[in-house]
Amino acid sequence: MKFRGRAWRYGSDIDTDRIIPARYLNTSDPAELATHCMEDEDGEFAKKVKKGDIILAARNFGCGSSREHAPIAIKASGVSCVIAESFARIFFRNSFNMGLPIVESPEAHAASRDGDILEVDMNKGLIRNLTNKKTFSARPVPPFMQELLKSGGLLKSIQKKKRG
Amino acid sequence: MSSMTITEKILAKHAGKKYLEPGELINARVDIALGNDITAPIAIKGFESTGAKKVFNRNRVVLVPDHFTPNKDIKSAMQVKILRDFARKHRLSHYYEGGDVGVEHALLPELGVVVPGDLVIGADSHTCTYGGLGAFATGVGSTDLAAAMITGELWFKVPQSIKFIFHGKLRKWVTGKDLILHIIGEIGVDGALYKAMEFTGDTITGLTMESRLSMCNMAIEAGAKNGIIAPDSVTEQYVKTRAERKYKFYESDAGAKYSEIIDFDTSKIEPKVALPSLPDNTKNISEIGRISIDQSVIGSCTNGRIEDLAVAARILKGRKVAPYVRLIILPATPLIYKEALRRGYFKVFTDAGAIISPPTCGPCLGGHMGILAEGERAISTTNRNFVGRMGHPKSEVYLSNPAVAAASAVKGYIAHPDEVMKKKAA
Ligand code: SF4
Repeated sequence: MKFRGRAWRYGSDIDTDRIIPARYLNTSDPAELATHCMEDEDGEFAKKVKKGDIILAARNFGCGSSREHAPIAIKASGVSCVIAESFARIFFRNSFNMGLPIVESPEAHAASRDGDILEVDMNKGLIRNLTNKKTFSARPVPPFMQELLKSGGLLKSIQKKKRG
Repeated sequence: MSSMTITEKILAKHAGKKYLEPGELINARVDIALGNDITAPIAIKGFESTGAKKVFNRNRVVLVPDHFTPNKDIKSAMQVKILRDFARKHRLSHYYEGGDVGVEHALLPELGVVVPGDLVIGADSHTCTYGGLGAFATGVGSTDLAAAMITGELWFKVPQSIKFIFHGKLRKWVTGKDLILHIIGEIGVDGALYKAMEFTGDTITGLTMESRLSMCNMAIEAGAKNGIIAPDSVTEQYVKTRAERKYKFYESDAGAKYSEIIDFDTSKIEPKVALPSLPDNTKNISEIGRISIDQSVIGSCTNGRIEDLAVAARILKGRKVAPYVRLIILPATPLIYKEALRRGYFKVFTDAGAIISPPTCGPCLGGHMGILAEGERAISTTNRNFVGRMGHPKSEVYLSNPAVAAASAVKGYIAHPDEVMKKKAA
């Protein structure tokens, strides 16, 4: 899996209320959620994000609630991948379970700017900043979670097991 | 055999193992799988997408539409209807929506649906509350809930544990809420990321069940997977008349391993206030100066229990809410509601000029029943003060215990309860 896009750079502790405020949780429609994605952090995001773009955050991205609406909104907004120094636990789980690619990288955030063009190679565990020509390592995804992604998420893997 | 923590023991038991270690990936049996009106619609969609015909056990899948109920608008009504149709179709024995609904994490312990020794997953981050009963309980997403509803199992990574030891007596007006705010202030909102927080020490042994639940409730605010307190006689007293199933008390072995052990002198801890916009932005109440408020909220899965309403009633008795301030009190469950009514608190609250809401999450997540306008400021006994959490992105939420929230409603600014209580004596 390879992704390339413009970086939307944010700080630490971006909580799920900023990713998708609770006032919009009376729906679970991805397209509708996407129109409010990141609204309380960055009012411009939903208007300007382009397909393939990448969110680049510092520590503890996705902290707060368990709402899967957060990775759903991000995915439906067209974002191809989220890179962060670290992710909050439930957000991490949810992203794998529903198929939003995320990678942990200790260096990418500090060494990149908002708007840089990034390329992520999930298989090799590499991130390239095409704007400043730097390369960063991404923390390898545990084999169990790779399996999850391969089989298309948690529910697909359960279905397979049931049939198999 | 090697020593284990309480968290490891409960996980081992549910994974059918004698021993396990942090970092291990396991598949474990789930005792209770919980969803609410925000998370369950997506889980039900997932459930149906797999072609599953039955839930793994109709007595162990629990649906509590508590966030936007009584339905605040057409959209939320549609979401809740998905839950009700599903509950009816699968004849779920634990479905709460009408006069029996309460805030899920106050409701389940109270009804004995969750018991000590359980492994509970909930598609709600504050599922960690049940650690107060000595259960392993953790928040997951909707897809996880769907998987658990089908199979009765889920994958887990065994967390490392951090031990927090509290020694000494609580100061006046200090509660479990202040202890957990103190911890989060010390270690930060990702200070326990992926880990189990185990609370022990003589202070914890002396805490009421309400305070224990409210401490574990906020473990997630430090990024933790779960919070847990070893069950004891207080637990026994609480569960023996409620538990609907057999329960089991686990405790950590003396030689159990922790990634960190942190000691606190409880007697040094004063009432805490978390300033916007993260729960780790905590200060001692004596340090914050005069911060005026527009609204005070007493309720939620953190502090909407009878002990919380009791302290609010004590402070509000014979007093009035300050002019131009709204005080909203949300008893967290119908039983708490009835008990508050029986004890005469409703008269105290209404005489003081407070609004009493039906049991709901309501303003806690900016849903309904007390939304803040741009520039408004609230003190609240809830657990999150994120940007826009209670309404407009430019409104502010300060977190505290119920005594502080009640005293602040009287004063019109964030106040130490002594400021209010002393005045009357003088
Ligand atoms: S009271 Fe607040 S924190 Fe608790 S379950 Fe409801 S919305 Fe979540």
